Amino acid sequence: MSEFYTSTDHFVLVPALLLALFGCFVLLADFLVFPRPKHRRYVVILVALGEAFTGAALWRQHSFLSAHDLASVSAFHGSLVVDGMSIFFNWIFIAAVLLVALVSYRYLETEQEHRAEYYGLMMLAQCGMFFLAAGTDLVTLFVGLELMAVSFYVMVGFLRRDKRSNEAAMKYLLLGAFSSGFLVYGFSLLYGLCGSTRLDRIGEAVTERGPFDPIVFLALTTTAVGLLFKVSAAPFHMWAPDAYEGAPTTVTAFLAVGSKAASFAFLMRMFLYPLAGARPAWEPILIGVAILSMTVGNLAAITQNNLKRLLAYSSVSHAGYILLGLVAGNETGIKGMAVYILVYLFMTLGAFLVVVALRRKDLAGEDVDDLAGLIHKSPVEAVLMLIFMLSLAGIPPTAGFIGKYFIFLSLIETGHYVLAVVATLYVAVAIYYYFRIVKSMFVGEMTDTVPLMGGFGMRIALGVTGVLTLLIGVYPEPFLQFAQTSLGR
Amino acid sequence: MDVILFLLFAAIAVACGVNLVVQKHPIASALSLVGVMGSLAVLYLLLGAEFIAAAQVIVYAGAIMVLFLFVIMLLNAGGEPKTPGKSRMAGLLGIPLMAVLLGLLSYLVQRALPKPAGVTFGAFTGGKPYDVGKAIFTEYMLPFEITSVLILIAILGAIVLARKEID
Amino acid sequence: MTMTSVPLSWYLILSAVLFTLGVAGFLFRRNIITVFMSIELMLNAVNLSFVAFSYQWRQVDGHVYTFFVMVVAAAEAAVGLAIILTVFKNRATLQIDDVDSMKN
Repeated sequence: MSEFYTSTDHFVLVPALLLALFGCFVLLADFLVFPRPKHRRYVVILVALGEAFTGAALWRQHSFLSAHDLASVSAFHGSLVVDGMSIFFNWIFIAAVLLVALVSYRYLETEQEHRAEYYGLMMLAQCGMFFLAAGTDLVTLFVGLELMAVSFYVMVGFLRRDKRSNEAAMKYLLLGAFSSGFLVYGFSLLYGLCGSTRLDRIGEAVTERGPFDPIVFLALTTTAVGLLFKVSAAPFHMWAPDAYEGAPTTVTAFLAVGSKAASFAFLMRMFLYPLAGARPAWEPILIGVAILSMTVGNLAAITQNNLKRLLAYSSVSHAGYILLGLVAGNETGIKGMAVYILVYLFMTLGAFLVVVALRRKDLAGEDVDDLAGLIHKSPVEAVLMLIFMLSLAGIPPTAGFIGKYFIFLSLIETGHYVLAVVATLYVAVAIYYYFRIVKSMFVGEMTDTVPLMGGFGMRIALGVTGVLTLLIGVYPEPFLQFAQTSLGR
Repeated sequence: MDVILFLLFAAIAVACGVNLVVQKHPIASALSLVGVMGSLAVLYLLLGAEFIAAAQVIVYAGAIMVLFLFVIMLLNAGGEPKTPGKSRMAGLLGIPLMAVLLGLLSYLVQRALPKPAGVTFGAFTGGKPYDVGKAIFTEYMLPFEITSVLILIAILGAIVLARKEID
Repeated sequence: MTMTSVPLSWYLILSAVLFTLGVAGFLFRRNIITVFMSIELMLNAVNLSFVAFSYQWRQVDGHVYTFFVMVVAAAEAAVGLAIILTVFKNRATLQIDDVDSMKN
């Protein structure tokens, strides 16, 4: 170890190293394994192995922190950190990648675009997500963000012959690059404030200058534009419906949970630490954005017939709910955000998995009508989808209710009564379109008799998401404790 | 002398920027962007950023813009069709309005900065390749290594998306 | 107003003006490649801002950030142009208005 790469640096970096390493292994496997279709499953096994090693590294970091009773370990001159938040979010990324990789196999075979680069891109995107969750320096965060974003641009456009996939990738890239431009402009102003790119020094400078200092305000707004775009909060959500609809459905699922979780980690890291001193300036902005997101997301979802677009707009509204936790800002609020993101992972992923299952040879299976009569065709999937819809709407005893409960509790605790009422009203609105889907499944007439996509991976993934969505709702204690760890700074 | 150089190249940069936004044919816009990058390179030199000025010309203007020009030529991209009247008016009004607005905002911004000394050519000599290299390989080594993965993804993406069908 | 040195604020104003021009180009132009080039203009403006602040603090950190922004711009350009190529292969048009099959 040299003075520039100490053992502490190594300890903090190991998960990212493993992810990048296994990402490259997967790319190599493309030559060795892919030409023979029977051996393709080894690539998924390789991905699972990589995730297992990364999980082991995370576990080691977590036990180190608790054994030495430390809140965080900082490395690379303060640009990377291991703390509760980074460990929590990294577990979420591992779960997302594993579940999506399990079902991608059959899906890509059906789309006839099964290439190993897909899995490589997923792991490298996860490497970028790691830096978003663990970075404490503007440079690391920006490069990690772009690492994740560029992988997603490619994955969204993965179905080369499909016009909608091309268009989705193009729109996502243009709007994504545009918002990155705003983000780095804000970063340049933050750098100019204090002459350092480290978040703690920037925090000191921001607190010193106060929230309504013109340069702080400008830095805040431009950075917020970039951050809010990535979490698809209105009015920066325009890319989401097209990107979600055009991308291959497994990529949409990964985008909806992985990218969103990583972007929220980034957003929390920025708003809670360096920009904390500017709260009086950004709180009203976030309140407006949250209300707008809930409005746009819920109202637009009512008229959608395409399942992927509907879920895209619903995820815009969920971003609004999560932002309300940040607006509240107290311990319950931040814990509520963490719980909601954990819950959101399983319920949204589950819903998208059912949509993936609807894709069969020559049948796109993306409309609400394709779900008609599902209860007769595949009762298991129909019941699971019912659970996911109940959870997304926030109805007890599902996980979604737990998530919303903490957010609303934090709003009431900090005196934002009006916001709590507005949010509850929108929950009622959302019930309408979620139940439209349920109605179609249980009451509608079957349009075709082709069975849904099955397979070992799909069954495991659906089982895991379904069980957890119910379990978190019925027995939330261990998961609440897990979310509590994210608060330890 | 510094003031004259700054004003000259700032004017060229803004003129090329306006030209980029206004021109119909993408080739003209691409060449205006090269003009912007060239004048910015001179401004970087005035600010003492020797390495960045060289990198701007070699990498940005010399590699990335050439890539743009290749693609424009390859696709034989023609000029835009005549836009209908309404959006034309919005374009003519909107652009200078936005420029004025943000120029005003930035004036307010610089008011809030501590009064720095002016920029003199040669006052800052810390931008040599040695200094930048030292920073990149010691303090910023981590992001540097991450960018290597980023470049891998870019290469991968370009091949995955644009490769001719072999199978 | 000095005669031998340029106030740093002028550089920041220039950066803001170029950034706005880039934003305007993104919002008002209809050709995909021109829109993409407007984004590059925005990133150049950001680079100028970083180098200017780096001068103010007499540090090299701003230069390093500029370096990283350039690398990111290059990576995005590579992938973006590949995507534009696939769009063109499938549709033979480069106008944003024509590439709009997914409706609300």
